Amino acid sequence: MDVLGRYRNLIVLVGVLFAQILGLAVQVNVKRTTDSEPTRLIRIWAVGMITPLEKALVWAQTSSSNVWHDYFYLRGVRAENRGLKQQIERMSLERVRISQDADQARRLQALLAFKEQFISATMAAQVIGGSGSELSRVVFIDKGYNDGIRPDMAVITADGVVGKVLEVYRIPSTSKVLLINDQSSGVGAILDKTRTQGILRGTASGEVVLEKVMSDETVPAGEMVLTSGGDGVFPKGLLVGKVTKVAPGSELFLNIHVRPAADLSRLEEVLVVTKIDERQAEPDQTGAARAVDILAERLPAIPSKPEDAVKSGVPGTVAPGTVAPGTVAPGTVAPASTGSDAKPKAASPQASTASGAPAARKPASSASSAGTGSETSSATPVTRTTAAGAAKVPPKPVKAAAAPKAQPAVEDSPH
Amino acid sequence: MAITYTSGEQVEVYRFSIPATVLIPLAAVFLQAWLPLRLPFFSIFDLPLLVTIGFATARRSPLAGLFTGSLIGILQDALTHQAIGLYGIALTVVGFGASSLGIKLDVEHAGARFLLTIFFYIVHEVVYFTIARGMVGLRMAWSWPHEFWSGLANALLGVLVFMLLDRVKQRT
Repeated sequence: MDVLGRYRNLIVLVGVLFAQILGLAVQVNVKRTTDSEPTRLIRIWAVGMITPLEKALVWAQTSSSNVWHDYFYLRGVRAENRGLKQQIERMSLERVRISQDADQARRLQALLAFKEQFISATMAAQVIGGSGSELSRVVFIDKGYNDGIRPDMAVITADGVVGKVLEVYRIPSTSKVLLINDQSSGVGAILDKTRTQGILRGTASGEVVLEKVMSDETVPAGEMVLTSGGDGVFPKGLLVGKVTKVAPGSELFLNIHVRPAADLSRLEEVLVVTKIDERQAEPDQTGAARAVDILAERLPAIPSKPEDAVKSGVPGTVAPGTVAPGTVAPGTVAPASTGSDAKPKAASPQASTASGAPAARKPASSASSAGTGSETSSATPVTRTTAAGAAKVPPKPVKAAAAPKAQPAVEDSPH
Repeated sequence: MAITYTSGEQVEVYRFSIPATVLIPLAAVFLQAWLPLRLPFFSIFDLPLLVTIGFATARRSPLAGLFTGSLIGILQDALTHQAIGLYGIALTVVGFGASSLGIKLDVEHAGARFLLTIFFYIVHEVVYFTIARGMVGLRMAWSWPHEFWSGLANALLGVLVFMLLDRVKQRT
């Protein structure tokens, strides 16, 4: 008994350490044998104690911040509003170009019977806390089971992928999100241009690396990394980050460092992807918005077409939607159909958005590459005009077997 | 005033009220989880470790120290997604060691507290690293410069934390 009394502290220490090591061994074994570890009661208690405080603090912080930003800090709002309006205009034009590309892609996918995934529902959530450990890169969000959040849902921001939901709690309604820079996370990734696939993993120091890319692949620094959709969590095509460094690694693989697009150290609000739909790709039947319509909205008025010019029988065609008032595209390629459902082919708003000029100043080569198929250009006449006026350079219709009768050119009135 | 006699020297033993015993560790874990999101540089600090050392050295009871460390560590583990027990084991050792050393040393001075915190920070990291790498299989790299600077930063903050704890501790 004397020995027990003398070494009582040491015996208790050994006992407590032994119990914890035993518990640790059991957990490690469970994790190795099963895919998902059950949520321990102690985690629920801990989360129940800590996260309500975090929620309260974040709520107070957000409320005070909103009061400041909504009522006191309104300087420069008008200028910002003007800038945003201009940005919307530019983006609307850009959207037309992208929708044309997307439409073409959908047609091709439909031909190949591809199934596409798209995000159909998201839920905004606020980041309320973290784990407090550098070896466990997780964050807690203020939405949980009661809000419809479930494990393995993708979490993103406007900038890029953040992580996935790891655990979901009912009371308090909160969720634990595993960030992509944690060493236990894995994201199926693909390089944007080279289409090389790999697995994105975090490291102990919080960096993100792309693994399983063979060393004979060429991966340039600066290339975008997207989700490949192969992991079953993240839909394909979401931006993950950018390649920052490529070095030879071990076992014939490259060591590719990636900088996450989302700032993982300063997360405030995130989107949880609550629903991903998968459907057969179908070509868009509704018809994309036309660039000319958007351009027309920016202009005070569009002069009506002079009837005599239409009746004059000048050979050549001006595609609907390809010519902005005041300018005529050199080498504009008209679509085969000039009906109301015809899509604009040559107007590339990219050029106009860059220069601020109307859409139809793009040269023929780039115009034809921006979604205009070769079959369209071979079957339709080409209009060659200058910005000064359509009549200065008489267009020569391209003869093709299926070419319709040359339609009269419409002279654009100078703007 | 209860006095423990060690090697002929008298050392004072303190206790903490129940609210302080519960709320201070909770606040430490809470701040450790919350602050690094707002101030990323704060992740270099380990508030639960500092509170464990502070409680242990003030109480000067190895049993109280190891149980305090164990509970704070398990609470800290519960917020991570790693196995529960990593911080628990490390802080159990630190709690036991700090209270045992607190009996032998005078830990009322800032200099002694500073050195004690650096020492136990390194002990904590060594135990954590060994368990995490050897038992759980986490990929970790040991870096002496990083540990040194982190230890130094924690020791500086530790001196402030101990001063705050001095205000709430009560003589037995």
